[in-house]
Amino acid sequence: MIKGMAQQLKWQLGTVVEIREETPTAKSLILDLLDWTTHVAGQHVDVRLTAEDGYQAQRSYSIASPPGDKNLMLTVERLDDGEVSPYLTDGLGVGDRIELRGPIGGYFVWDPRNPGTNGHPLFLAAGGSGIAPLMSMIRHRASTGNKVPTRLLYSSRSYEEVIYREELDRLSAHDPTLRVIHTLTRRRPPNWMGYGRRIDRAMLADTAWRPEEKPLAFTCGPTAFVETVATHLGESGYEPGRIKTERFGPTGG
Amino acid sequence: MAEQFISRGFKGRARHTDRALKERIPPGQYETKEFPVLSAGPTPRTPLERWDFSIHGEVAEDLKWTWDEFLKLPRETSTVDIHCVTKWSKLDTLWTGVSVDTLLAGIDLDAQPSVRYLIAFCDGGYTTNLPLADVRRGKAWVVYEFGGKPLEPVHGGPARLLVPHLYFWKSAKWVRGFELVRDDRPGFWESVGYHNYGDPWKEQRYAGD
Repeated sequence: MIKGMAQQLKWQLGTVVEIREETPTAKSLILDLLDWTTHVAGQHVDVRLTAEDGYQAQRSYSIASPPGDKNLMLTVERLDDGEVSPYLTDGLGVGDRIELRGPIGGYFVWDPRNPGTNGHPLFLAAGGSGIAPLMSMIRHRASTGNKVPTRLLYSSRSYEEVIYREELDRLSAHDPTLRVIHTLTRRRPPNWMGYGRRIDRAMLADTAWRPEEKPLAFTCGPTAFVETVATHLGESGYEPGRIKTERFGPTGG
Repeated sequence: MAEQFISRGFKGRARHTDRALKERIPPGQYETKEFPVLSAGPTPRTPLERWDFSIHGEVAEDLKWTWDEFLKLPRETSTVDIHCVTKWSKLDTLWTGVSVDTLLAGIDLDAQPSVRYLIAFCDGGYTTNLPLADVRRGKAWVVYEFGGKPLEPVHGGPARLLVPHLYFWKSAKWVRGFELVRDDRPGFWESVGYHNYGDPWKEQRYAGD
């Protein structure tokens, strides 16, 4: 049956109630929405900007806050040649409003109520701001006390560019079932003990759950990153249907 | 509501001054010169010796082509604009492949007017549904070259469906065949909140649009 009666996702205004500087290039916008159906971790919203002459631009942004939070968090990486992201990171202040609609997407989601999900170890691989939808999953896990063994492999260019760094440190320090593994691909602080290269087969073999443990994997980041993760996990024996991918190119923003 | 909400201080990119070009970008889309990649899971890689293309379902006799046979079918080269639901549009993309009319030529569709839909199925388990009317009469192809070169796996190679007048998720990557059916049924994205038909000019992105 075709769901012909589906409700249209309506555009609504969100008011910026807080702006967090996550890194030199990324900011989180905390938005207050009047009419929000709760989302599932991993979903996104569409943001629409309208210029005075009526010109409009739309982009998708993953939701970084967990289901059930009063406000919605979007984390935006500023792309210098972008059309929308510089406005969101530099043009908005507390009290300003933006139009958005959602939540959107029913595949790249971690919902413990779905079959084959709860009790299955979670492997998350994030490249740069691809952390946002995975952070929603990690926060959802924390806010509900879910103890599914979870590993996050997170690739950033430098220590300063690790988004949500302190929160990830805090969450993993208090939860032995959550492990966070960083790799820094361009610059590393002195005495850095973590990985210092782009993600590769050996790193995935060291950090990912073995396929026999029937894990569920989510990876989000630039195309080449996601392609590497998904290909190697598949070759190591993960079922293709249990490797969920979300990609963003350098374009757009 | 919010029909006239203005994003204070938002200017946007320079607009196309060329009216003809401007009119080729559907509402809510922006033009890119790149070719972004989007897919739900790992990129399948089927060796060509194991690849085939088949048509089954409501047909008198199933049809099947091997890779070599497929390459010998009459080929067409088309220059089309493509529009992805994630907001990018790419103009004047060049594809080579086989017209869906050629693939359906051996089936007497007029003799069975109640067969009105097609489910494209793919390596990796992806499916998408289309009205037959949307893939006939020069509207759709199964393509294996992009820009004059073999289609790369990340973009759907060895072969993908090309239905440029609908959002690009309907142009299924890694396509392996069609099932012809009487009753429409949602494919992969159509089952998880995306629009069943996906006309970019009507901005049919999500269910209910």
